[in-house]
Amino acid sequence: MMLKIENLHVYYDAIHAIKGVTLNVQEGEIVSLIGANGAGKTTILRTISGLERAKEGSIEFMGSKLTDMSAPEIVKLGISHVPEGRRVFTSMSVLENLELGAYLSQNKQSRDKNLEKVFEHFPRLYERRQQLAGTLSGGEQQMLAMGRALMSRPKLMMLDEPSMGLAPILVRQIFDIIKEIHKQGTTILLIEQNANMALSIADRAYVLETGKIVMSGSAKEIMQSEDIKNAYLGGAVHGS
Amino acid sequence: MTLAQQVLQQLINGIALGSVYALIALGYTMVYGIIRLINFAHGEVFMIGAFAGYFIITLFNIPIVPTLILAMAFCALIGIVMERLAYKPLRNAPRIAALMTAVGLSNLFQNLMVYFKAVGASPKAFPRVIDISRYEVMQDVYLTSDKILTLVVAVLLMVALQYIVHNTKMGKAMRAVSQDKDAAQLMGINVNTTISFTFALGSALAAAGGILYAVSYGKIIYNMGSMPGLKAFVSAVLGGIGSIPGAVVGGMILGITENAISAAGYSMLRDAVAFAILIIILLIKPAGIFGKNVREKV
Repeated sequence: MMLKIENLHVYYDAIHAIKGVTLNVQEGEIVSLIGANGAGKTTILRTISGLERAKEGSIEFMGSKLTDMSAPEIVKLGISHVPEGRRVFTSMSVLENLELGAYLSQNKQSRDKNLEKVFEHFPRLYERRQQLAGTLSGGEQQMLAMGRALMSRPKLMMLDEPSMGLAPILVRQIFDIIKEIHKQGTTILLIEQNANMALSIADRAYVLETGKIVMSGSAKEIMQSEDIKNAYLGGAVHGS
Repeated sequence: MTLAQQVLQQLINGIALGSVYALIALGYTMVYGIIRLINFAHGEVFMIGAFAGYFIITLFNIPIVPTLILAMAFCALIGIVMERLAYKPLRNAPRIAALMTAVGLSNLFQNLMVYFKAVGASPKAFPRVIDISRYEVMQDVYLTSDKILTLVVAVLLMVALQYIVHNTKMGKAMRAVSQDKDAAQLMGINVNTTISFTFALGSALAAAGGILYAVSYGKIIYNMGSMPGLKAFVSAVLGGIGSIPGAVVGGMILGITENAISAAGYSMLRDAVAFAILIIILLIKPAGIFGKNVREKV
């Protein structure tokens, strides 16, 4: 098991945001976490990354316990996190943003190689490399956030709502790139409100409701569940 | 002396004073940029820098450049300790708590200095580390060696700072943390180290400012940091708090204005004018000259 979360509880002051979540991701999978706004999806990712602290429960990544580690230590282990709302450094250039993604890498050669690879995934970023990140469109910023996360050569890449605020054509493009990144050997944990899109590329999925996992299984099973269809898929399954 | 010569002379004096304000203002603006705190104890770091210079010169009798470097290193350390002990525990507290702590620290530093017998409450003459000579750059327009020293050191330090902030890994980390702490951590940046580094950098610049000021004015005293500290704060706000070029431009504007007011014969109004500038900028453009209106993209 690559990522193993057991009985996780997270609080924001008095608010019990995550109430005993158990979840795991195997190497090579695409796992999706779906659920409504405020269900706690982002909190789970932030806790994995070390930005929030667990009150109870454990998170293990390839044998290391993450719950007492700092965010930089967790990045070093090979987890990278594309945060909600992209969070690119708007007053820095595209290139500087990407360089920051490789902040922990000491080796300039491997950094240059990663940069080349990122530009292969995102030719648009190469064209805009000298531009300030703040001048990019929403879709380009999403690409930059993903490229930046790839710069640390992650084993596990976590994406928080990559489709947020993007036009459907861009969403498809972003999801194609996620599939490609996955094909090249990166395990993916994906959070989405756009459940259709997420389930269409995921192997397995978890459904989160007010801090609890209410359902889990293969993406197909979840797509076919009546409850899920009504609650998250707009009553009908699109696509296949 | 013609009016043009007089204007030029006052401009030179103003820029020299302004570069000291700018050196202090840089610390205010960098610390604000990274933890959104107005460190009102920063003027005291300027004062401690001047005293550090005083003791280094009187004890070891070394020239100005190594004195500057040693005093800057000492104040960098003071800055790091100050942040770790006083501000770090309050990082998630309401901002007013940290602000009050800053005011308290400022008082603490001043009174501690009075408490030390070697410093005391009365002014001390700063040793003459350089010969004060006068050069006539044009007819009736003079440049003195202390002003040359101030300008050269200030410009060198600002160029060095620019290099550090834009070209080094630590500088990039500083900019990343000041823009988005969480995202910076997700890159693997250690926020605590970066904040310490920012305090060290700002405090070192204030120390240099303190020594340059002491060389020009010849006198140091435990509360010498209050007024220049407040004026540097005004400079930082005028330039746009959080903006590095803003701090430099703000400092220059303040230094030049202050000199112009004095030269026009209203020297008793020069402090009042500095604060009038603060009030006006807060009324008409609170973000300052280089302040940006941050627009968020979804």
